[in-house]
Amino acid sequence: MKAAGKSARVASQRAITREIGRIAAANQGKDEPQPRLDYPPYRSSMLRHPRSPFVCVDPDEVERWAPCFGNDEVTARDADLTTGHAGEPIGERIIVTGRVLEATGRPIAGQLVEVWQANAAGRYHHQLDQHPAPIDPNFTGAGRCLTAADGTYRFLTIKPGPYPWRNHENAWRPAHIHFSIFGRAFMQRLVTQMYFPGDPLFGLDPIYQSIVDRDVRQRLIAAYDHELTEPEYATGYRWDIVVAGDGRTWTEERARHG
Amino acid sequence: MVELACTPGQTVGPFFQCALPYPGDSHLVGDGHADAIRLHGIVYDGAGDPVPDALIELWQLGPDGRVVRQPGSLRRDGTTFTGWGRCATDAAGHYSFRTLLPGAPAGRAPYFALTVFARGLLDRLFTRAYLPHADSAADEMLGALDPARRKTLICTADGGEYRFDIHLQGAWETVFLTYRGGVPG
Repeated sequence: MKAAGKSARVASQRAITREIGRIAAANQGKDEPQPRLDYPPYRSSMLRHPRSPFVCVDPDEVERWAPCFGNDEVTARDADLTTGHAGEPIGERIIVTGRVLEATGRPIAGQLVEVWQANAAGRYHHQLDQHPAPIDPNFTGAGRCLTAADGTYRFLTIKPGPYPWRNHENAWRPAHIHFSIFGRAFMQRLVTQMYFPGDPLFGLDPIYQSIVDRDVRQRLIAAYDHELTEPEYATGYRWDIVVAGDGRTWTEERARHG
Repeated sequence: MVELACTPGQTVGPFFQCALPYPGDSHLVGDGHADAIRLHGIVYDGAGDPVPDALIELWQLGPDGRVVRQPGSLRRDGTTFTGWGRCATDAAGHYSFRTLLPGAPAGRAPYFALTVFARGLLDRLFTRAYLPHADSAADEMLGALDPARRKTLICTADGGEYRFDIHLQGAWETVFLTYRGGVPG
């Protein structure tokens, strides 16, 4: 491997795009439902992915249950990222909503959804973000809510901007919102990123492209939904989230056929 | 039957500090609790360097060996044990939880279930931190591992301090798990 760890020379976008293309060509048609953990175009992954294969286990009872959260732990204001400051944040106000479901279509009810994101200028409210874009004093960019009985979550926020990072020369992340999702089971835990339709940076971004199957990565793109858009107020995006199996069905099957 | 396609994961990235940590996140019990123990360790990368931007989540059975069904993790009241917590690593890659020892169903080896997130890690990892002296004969998965790999799943203890280092890669790489009936593929 030519670029290793900290001593690596900074690659050009062209070189990264070439690496992305090579990996995509070599893996065409493979059914890969998750990102590759070993994905050299994302330089930070090189020393941070396990090399040994995962050990496959039957989930124990503790792994087939998830922590529960109560309505009194989260307030309605937590889901409105545009409030809580002296003034209104700058940017395009958006509504982001959808349902958290299991693959069977069963909704995940009453579970915690957490989000975080950059402001409209592409800057995070974080001391390590050195992007010389303005901090918005009226935007922290963090929110949480519990899903409703039908699995619905809903946030009011500001459309985040794309931002530069140091993976390679002139590297920019497509605009995204980070999502943290709990299912009914520990083993359904999901942290991911939601993207916006038509982003010109998709093809250039090694984090997005680490999901080598095009159909799979497109599941991370929200749909603009005019039905959600509120007149003279905010545009609407819909994004459903599907978590993996909870292991319970499988275990029941095993008990039956044992 | 409907079979919806699963949403893939993505890295937690470097900026989760503004959203995921919260006051009391890693303190599953108050510091005055008579049975409080500490579960702690360092997260290392493949070069042996500590990982200062990882996040560990802990989920465990209660001391009675049963699944905890108590809300309250986000707003700790100091007495309710919820069985869940999270801790971001510090500049030295160190995480630390104050909690209780997990019980286990009869004949099973007790462990803490852990989820690992980090910048540079494109999807979360699952592992188990077994209590010292875990009976590998009582645990199918532990029993099937070679001793060197098995060791990566077992805490070391010093009084009420349980140490569990996590190596994302390398010679001491921690055993990470995938679950039957979980994510396909």
